[in-house]
Amino acid sequence: MSTPFYVSPQQAMADRAEYARKGIARGRSLVVLQFADGIVFVGENPSRALHKFSEIYDRIGFAAAGKYNEYENLRIGGVRYADLRGYTYDRDDVTARGLANVYAQTLGTIFSSAAEKPYEVELVVAEVGETPEGDQIYRLPHDGSIVDEHGSVAVGGNAEQISTYLDQRHQDGMTLAEALKLAVQSLSRDTNGSEREIPAERLEVAVLDRTRPQQRKFKRIVGRELSRLLEAAGASTAGEAGSAEDEGSDDEK
Amino acid sequence: MEANTRSTGRLPAAFLTPGSSSFMDFLSEHQPEILPGNRQLPPTQGVIEAPHGTTIVATTFPGGVVLAGDRRATMGNVIAQRDIEKVFPADEYSAVGIAGTAGLAVEMVKLFQLELEHFEKVEGATLSLEGKANRLSTMIRSNLAMAMQGLAVVPLFAGYDVDREKGRIFSYDVTGGRSEEHGYASTGSGSIFARGAMKKLYRDDLTEQQATTLVIQALYDAADDDSATGGPDVARRIYPIVTVITEDGFRRLTDEESSEIARAILERRLEQPDGPRAALL
Repeated sequence: MSTPFYVSPQQAMADRAEYARKGIARGRSLVVLQFADGIVFVGENPSRALHKFSEIYDRIGFAAAGKYNEYENLRIGGVRYADLRGYTYDRDDVTARGLANVYAQTLGTIFSSAAEKPYEVELVVAEVGETPEGDQIYRLPHDGSIVDEHGSVAVGGNAEQISTYLDQRHQDGMTLAEALKLAVQSLSRDTNGSEREIPAERLEVAVLDRTRPQQRKFKRIVGRELSRLLEAAGASTAGEAGSAEDEGSDDEK
Repeated sequence: MEANTRSTGRLPAAFLTPGSSSFMDFLSEHQPEILPGNRQLPPTQGVIEAPHGTTIVATTFPGGVVLAGDRRATMGNVIAQRDIEKVFPADEYSAVGIAGTAGLAVEMVKLFQLELEHFEKVEGATLSLEGKANRLSTMIRSNLAMAMQGLAVVPLFAGYDVDREKGRIFSYDVTGGRSEEHGYASTGSGSIFARGAMKKLYRDDLTEQQATTLVIQALYDAADDDSATGGPDVARRIYPIVTVITEDGFRRLTDEESSEIARAILERRLEQPDGPRAALL
């Protein structure tokens, strides 16, 4: 048996990180933004059935960029974790912080274990609070670190560029239509700065809406509701101020 | 790959193993001891005394279904609770009402709600109404050992079938046997009296308003003849729980709405204690 080449731990970790980052970069980016009534998830997704965003528990949503089978696995693990915890204790005892910690531990262990290949995923776990101050957004990169975010966050290949764009323009207390418009603008910018159009049917949009009367705050925005919101956002640009149109953008029911 | 859910470490292997979309299946593999059906029962003599819930009634109307329950829980000849809730939403389009051992029944409902929600989250689609009814059957069957010791749970399941666009009712026996009921159904100790009342009042062209009145009439008749069923408690303002499920989803009548119907019925019963009369022929 031949002796393996010596690889320094720094080099090994750097290689693994590069491997994961490259995998994530192959997928499309997505953004998560706070707006007045909650948190909105927006991403480009040609599939109707394979979701990037989903409900984990009453007030907790999940978003992921990267390799589908890996984040789907983590998503189901999260649903099982949340449901089991809520069943053994109480629904209020399921928190985004707890879930983010579990994900961080899981990703971290996988990343540093030589026996497994690192996961090529980047996750966002968000929990909508009673007030905007109570909203929590956690970003979880492939290596198991955990970042507490405010206002807006982007993950995926183009994340850095999109984040900069969002950071400059995101404001507290935006309406859903405004936040959606900003999100779509940020996603339609290419690496070279040029813009392209993302048609509504390629958009996946979901919200955690604190004004929903149900206990479960997660809701997908599809079809007519989505086009109505996109139109409202377009109309408000045309009318510059456009506060009248915002009336219609608020979620009914 | 340690399997420990209580610490905040890495997700145990069982959590990340691809498998069934059922929460109960997951539990029975990962932590079977917390499933109600897997509990070790001590040998007991005679019947265990525990609070019992009593009468649940349901009726369909064009466009939906109504499920209602009285508020009394009894333990032997004692009223254990006057304002117990025995009708719960199972999910957006279905509800379950429970008669039998209250503690076990409430736990079963909690697990059933979770089972439906879990499936919905994992699969991204809801179960069919038939699928939900079958799932409840399995849960009752897993309780059979306890039912043999007198701790039976007998639910009534009602929901709006979005595919067939109508309300449907399923009743169960202690062994998990399931049967679809047409028009109206009842379960629990006052159910025979409630069924008699509904048999005479039911028509297949009821409005929602008439259907909610019908179930409260039936509960009144059940309470009239069965000591374990509670009638509307005007003094304490405790009225039956009435839920309506239509294509708009589950809705529970507010206290004002159900008290209004109950009071109107009481008013009429002061003049006619046996309630509305069906024609002789």
